[in-house]
Amino acid sequence: MAIENITMPQLGESVTEGTIEKWLVKPGDHVNKYDPLAEVNTDKVTAEVPSSFTGTIKELKAEEGDTLSVGDLVCTIETEGAGGGEAVEEAKPAAGEEANKSPVAGSQNEMELSGTQGSAKPAAQKGAKGRYSPAVLRLAQEHEIDLNQVEGSGRDGRITRKDLQQLIDSGSIPKEGTAPAASQPASEPEAGAQGTPQPAPKSAERKEAPPAEAAPGDKEIPVTGVRRAIAANMLKSKQEAPHAWTMVEVDVTNLVQYRDSLKKEFKEREGFNLTYFAFFVKAISQALKEFPMMNSMWAGDKIIQKKDINISIAVATEDALFVPVIKNADDKSVKGIAREINELAAKVRSGKLTSDEMKGGTFTVNNTGSFGSVQSMGIINYPQAAILQVESIVKRPVILEGGMMAPRDMVNLCLSLDHRVLDGLVCGRFLARVKEILENISKENTSVY
Amino acid sequence: MPVMSYINAITLAMKEEMERDEKVFVLGEDVGKKGGVFKATAGLYDQFGENRVIDTPLAESAIAGVGIGAAMYGMKPIAEFQFADFIMPAVNQIISEASRIRYRSNNDWSCPIVFRAPFGGGVHGALYHSQSVEAVFANQPGLKIVIPSTPYDAKGLLKAAVRDPDPVMFFEHKRAYRLIKGEVPEDDYTVEIGKADVKREGEDITVITYGLAVHFALQAAERLAEDGISVHVLDLRTIYPLDKEAIIEAAKKTGKVLLVTEDNKEGSIIGEVAAIIAENCLFDLDAPIQRLAGPDVPAMPYAPTMEKFFMINPDKVEKAMRDLAEF
Repeated sequence: MAIENITMPQLGESVTEGTIEKWLVKPGDHVNKYDPLAEVNTDKVTAEVPSSFTGTIKELKAEEGDTLSVGDLVCTIETEGAGGGEAVEEAKPAAGEEANKSPVAGSQNEMELSGTQGSAKPAAQKGAKGRYSPAVLRLAQEHEIDLNQVEGSGRDGRITRKDLQQLIDSGSIPKEGTAPAASQPASEPEAGAQGTPQPAPKSAERKEAPPAEAAPGDKEIPVTGVRRAIAANMLKSKQEAPHAWTMVEVDVTNLVQYRDSLKKEFKEREGFNLTYFAFFVKAISQALKEFPMMNSMWAGDKIIQKKDINISIAVATEDALFVPVIKNADDKSVKGIAREINELAAKVRSGKLTSDEMKGGTFTVNNTGSFGSVQSMGIINYPQAAILQVESIVKRPVILEGGMMAPRDMVNLCLSLDHRVLDGLVCGRFLARVKEILENISKENTSVY
Repeated sequence: MPVMSYINAITLAMKEEMERDEKVFVLGEDVGKKGGVFKATAGLYDQFGENRVIDTPLAESAIAGVGIGAAMYGMKPIAEFQFADFIMPAVNQIISEASRIRYRSNNDWSCPIVFRAPFGGGVHGALYHSQSVEAVFANQPGLKIVIPSTPYDAKGLLKAAVRDPDPVMFFEHKRAYRLIKGEVPEDDYTVEIGKADVKREGEDITVITYGLAVHFALQAAERLAEDGISVHVLDLRTIYPLDKEAIIEAAKKTGKVLLVTEDNKEGSIIGEVAAIIAENCLFDLDAPIQRLAGPDVPAMPYAPTMEKFFMINPDKVEKAMRDLAEF
């Protein structure tokens, strides 16, 4: 139930007023929408004023013979509750007008109507809320005025300096924590039921996640260029690329034996270590050649399959992470890769790595095993399509073909993939191929040179 | 107190100053026997003779140069340019010589001269009889620029300009000459150069302007008052150097400021006024500083419709005022 106003319509372009010639209804009469209410005579035409609502005539506001200006109240109609889908539409502008004229009356009106009105908050009134001029903010601060409780008289309801000056002069300053019921947003369950987007709960959500604050004694570390770049890249990748994850375990007993047999001699001859990691990079490069889809990038409207196989490797320092690139890794021998890993790592640690040496990577291999990890979920090195984590090689009892159990050197390979580019099938096949290559490494079929 | 037109107040000021001090003399095109193209010097030739009211050739550089030379020798010239539009050949004399001599000579020399010129549009003057040129001179330390809006201010400021020990540019809005009338005391008074004047007290918005536009603002303010909007009007009077204190005070009063000039918008005096307000009044401002000015095209077309388009008028000022009041 709501009371609706019928106002004098504009019955012609230059018409500013009309005279009630004859009432066609009386209080208590039931009228349907578009039913004639009164005959009105203007200097141009005689016309009927139609009802904008279905309901019961509540009160006639003018006598026959009275002349009313366009927009003046003619009569009021009590509309019939929840069925009033049409009434809601009509009510909106009326509520808006009321609210603009008198803020207090406006909010009462709003509350009265809220049962039927749904989302009919006058947008204009809230338009400039939350945008304050420097003068308004200063006055609000000086006089501890809670601006949420102030109704603005400026354009779109903006709170003006004069609004505050008048409050200050009148002495009735709305302080925080003394909010009158009228200006509080509707309670949350109700808002939910109405399906009305309420600004207040939203801002409350935002307040729940303030930036971390340092307590006394905490150390604040400024975010430097490298840290900022890492943060930006990681965030971009994690936000943009839908990550999927998979893992295989590989029996690298042969590889361990082979590498151990060469290790000492290699170091003496070449002057740097022959690491397991070099074998992994070599095997992965070889498999990438066979599965070019793994070596590709998301480019919005297309996927770019890269010709070159340039392996980014992650090298950590105390406080940062760099990803230098082994270019054309598929062309290089295990020794060549080992040398390059060694050189790039040395450059990272001495701070001599150039930005060129970090460019052009097409696939990333991350040696997480070097710090003891056995399982990890890498974040893809954007815009590449996948990252492979080589975990620690650990001795585990394994049941071999034929049912025998033996201690074997096992390693987990974990793959994070951009699911826009890659699907499980190709990744599974790729990993199976890497596994096959690695498990078949031996003195007989694999040369490090 | 007698009511007189803006131009008569100017004539009276010159007459009184010439009577008071025989070093004061007038020079310019047609200022003598004809009494000036607008009759600003009417009667002075008859009263003071050809040695103190000197007709010059059509050579603005010479009008300025001769005047400057005389001023440096202790005379008090009032040099008239027939139209401000024609001042350009004299700019070198005015800026390079008149405005610099005190500084350049470490106070040994000075140049107490007044350069008078009618400016502004709205009289169907077309391109070379309508321009506002004040901004050309408004960043030249050593100069003062005065633009009075009322007959009272015109007389008082011109007398102050004549007595000023340094060069003063005195721009008179030619449409104000006979349009604007007001009470002017017959006694000897001056209006201090460098002081703005509140022409109307108000609470809701502040309008800062100068010259003829002051009257547009006052008329528009009258209309707004009928709707309960109260307008504060500050008349700059001296536009260089600006009366910063008065500008800041007027801006702070309402926090909503409209600046009006007839000049082209970009690079005009009111841009500087806006800067002063921005520098000093941030926490009192309740609305963006607004400017109403001529479009950025040469002032101004001859066709009456186009002249009307270019010129500000009470309607345009009223609209801008209402817009700001509603903000």
